[in-house]
Amino acid sequence: MALDLLYFAWVREAIGRDGERVEPPAEARTVAELVDWLEQRGDGYASAFADRKRLRAAVDQRFVQLDAAIAGAREVAIFPPVTGG
Amino acid sequence: MRRIAVTPAPLDIAALTAEALAAGPGAMATFVGSVRSDDGVTALELEHYPGATDRALEAVADQAIARWRLASATIVHRIGPMAPGEPIVFVAATAPHRRAALDACAFMIDRLKTDAPFWKRERRGADARWVEARGSDEAAAARWDQPPLPDP
Repeated sequence: MALDLLYFAWVREAIGRDGERVEPPAEARTVAELVDWLEQRGDGYASAFADRKRLRAAVDQRFVQLDAAIAGAREVAIFPPVTGG
Repeated sequence: MRRIAVTPAPLDIAALTAEALAAGPGAMATFVGSVRSDDGVTALELEHYPGATDRALEAVADQAIARWRLASATIVHRIGPMAPGEPIVFVAATAPHRRAALDACAFMIDRLKTDAPFWKRERRGADARWVEARGSDEAAAARWDQPPLPDP
């Protein structure tokens, strides 16, 4: 099932793009497992995802923990801890 | 009344203040965050997550309105490049009395810091660096998780 990914801030810069449409394998059931799968796609991904403690995520624009399920999701965003205000 | 905006245009603090005050039934508290100009920063860039940002700010404002029975809540956040000294964010709460307005204003900026998807990048000359999130921001937001004191 097609899934839209969005990357922000230094995650975006490390990967070298602000988003993409992917077809994750069935075993990628959570955001963390999605990240495991993406990490194999190249150096940029491995660099962006090297420290999981520094990653945050949103599923369909709602903030979630990395162990959140992605079943049925249309959009997953992966980004650093936020720094607005 | 709830007013949320995310804009690349410079914030007109006087106009925003006057607008919020017009909705005020007696008390208004405001907060303005601005680009630091004290540690060599030459420019600040604000990135955000379109769509999710508005939703997050609406949720913060709605929580404040419900918890302190506000007459109005305003959050206006700038995005894009800006210069030292320029306002980044304007927050206002209006209520019949000062305590609700002051607490609600503090709540909104504390929660915005941890709940809204914005990212800051500071430029110092040719050097550009993403700002790291601070643990003290998490603590400031978490203090509002404690049950509110009963109304006097």
